[in-house]
Amino acid sequence: MSKSKARVKTFDDFWERNRKSGGYLLRKRILSAGISVARFILLFGMCFMILQPILNKISVSFMTEQDLYNPIVISIPEHFTTDNYKLAAELMNYKKGVIDSFIVSLTVAFLQILVCTLVGYGFARFEFPLKKMWFACVILVILIPPQTIASSLHLHFKFFDILGLFKLIKGDTINLRGSAIPYYLLSAGCMGLKNGLYIYMIRQFFRNIPSDMEEAAYVDGCGTLKTFFRIMLPEAKPIITSCFLFAFVWQWTDGFYSRMFLGNTVLVSTSLSRIVDSLGAYIQRITGVKTTISIAYSNCILATGTLMIILPLIILYLFAQRQFVESISSTGIKM
Amino acid sequence: MKKRKNKLAGLQKRKAIAGYLFISPFIVGFLVFMLKPFFQSLYMSFCNVELGSAIYNPIWQGLENYRQSVAVDPEFNRLLVEEISRMVIYSLAIIVFSFFVSLLLNQEFKGRAFVRAVFFLPVILSSGVILGLESDNQLMATLAAQIETTTSNISITDALENVLMTAGVGTRAYEKVFEIIDNIYDVAIASGIQIIIFLSGLQTIPKSMYEAADIEGCTKWESLWKITFPMISSLFLVNWIYTVIDFCMRSDNGVIEKIQKVMIDQMNYGLASAMSWIYFVIVLAFVGITAGIISKGVYYYE
Repeated sequence: MSKSKARVKTFDDFWERNRKSGGYLLRKRILSAGISVARFILLFGMCFMILQPILNKISVSFMTEQDLYNPIVISIPEHFTTDNYKLAAELMNYKKGVIDSFIVSLTVAFLQILVCTLVGYGFARFEFPLKKMWFACVILVILIPPQTIASSLHLHFKFFDILGLFKLIKGDTINLRGSAIPYYLLSAGCMGLKNGLYIYMIRQFFRNIPSDMEEAAYVDGCGTLKTFFRIMLPEAKPIITSCFLFAFVWQWTDGFYSRMFLGNTVLVSTSLSRIVDSLGAYIQRITGVKTTISIAYSNCILATGTLMIILPLIILYLFAQRQFVESISSTGIKM
Repeated sequence: MKKRKNKLAGLQKRKAIAGYLFISPFIVGFLVFMLKPFFQSLYMSFCNVELGSAIYNPIWQGLENYRQSVAVDPEFNRLLVEEISRMVIYSLAIIVFSFFVSLLLNQEFKGRAFVRAVFFLPVILSSGVILGLESDNQLMATLAAQIETTTSNISITDALENVLMTAGVGTRAYEKVFEIIDNIYDVAIASGIQIIIFLSGLQTIPKSMYEAADIEGCTKWESLWKITFPMISSLFLVNWIYTVIDFCMRSDNGVIEKIQKVMIDQMNYGLASAMSWIYFVIVLAFVGITAGIISKGVYYYE
């Protein structure tokens, strides 16, 4: 009883205040309510737009082939099935693919971020001759599409040699194509997938850390390396984590470098891009007849495969969402 | 005095050496994996490359590859023009969209963390191979068409398009706008990073500026253009460059696909190099010119 009385009182009070402000209060309330409704509608629409393909894929992945042709079935499958998942897992060699991809992505991300942190720190904190030129080279690395140099990189590793050393010793160059070594070498040399970007981001972050602590450490007799590991690295944890996550995720879904260098390793990304072909081969092997698979069914398998590949990423994202989003905001990227 | 100067020089020298040691992985990587392939690919674009199991034999033939890619190849010119015009339009759309969304996301409302997470999701989910597969998924297209036919009578966008078309102002410009609106999904999934960069900029603007403007009787609309816009104008430059570069390196890009096809299927390394050099130079020139124009308008607070 007293509660409703209080409400009435605030209600009266509101009109009183509104009258005193000459209608301004009411107008402001209505305006802000209108803005939040409009904002809600806009954001809801856009969120739905982004999430919808994923939801759509989820519903399609549980359908039988029969449901795909049924015009009445749009989002909820009539015959619920998990066969698509089993088939897609078999076609993509899922278990091995996930484990291999995980190992490769983790190693590559670790290597890349390790060297990029060192390089970023070097660019942010030291003065040395030709620094501008080297940094221009970093920008160049960001700007050059890997496709431009892909063809000659191809050859470079086919006839791999360091200053003619191997030719001198073994009498021939080594063919590194088809093994994973070139890619690890590239990663260790900051030339991997989007490494220029990581260097840039990490440098930007280090530049924003005040140099007081570092100087204090130097004054106290701490060496360069020790200062870096003891003082600067813990400070830079957020940017390093987020760069690591980026490196991991982008490596996980990367098709270009994987196809070029890691052809022999079973990776989820490359097997996903081949899944339609392997579906054809699989059906042919079972039935013994060469049949064309319907577009709907192959796309259904494709959707299932895509879901299975992004599932680990979604789990990662749910746990590390903060690192992904917040730490980039905190770098305060400026040109 | 002299001794002291020497010591300082020594310290500077030591610092310089330490700096070089820190960036040495980059220098080695750049020299070994970038510089040589870079010039080799430039050289190869002027050559007819013979390639066997153990031979690599470039034969100099001048501008033949360039002539071939521009004048002979039936697809390359068309793809180049298409991709570049698509890049210009979409990059503009992405910048406008991400600016608008970051303004929305910078406000206080319930569930902001969730919405941010959703908008950032595409960065993770539509990278690499998934993006290319997404674009030609016909099942989804048929599903969409099915929904469209069942609801065709109540399509708001169609009605709006008709109204605007019959209004008769600049039909071609409208067509481009409609094309972007129809493909708003592509714009949205490509603007994750840009939104984050804009957001980071928006958060560095001190609140007191807005308060001062508010007290002086500045409307929200005015303070958007007079405070927000200049304060994050430098990020427009960053975002523009990032967007253009990102767009021209996407794996579903027609030119890139063409280059890969020439290189891997036809094994014509010379022609592929020539094509990628043409593409690279055009994109670089485009980025350089537009960045120059934008940087003229950038306002630096400090």
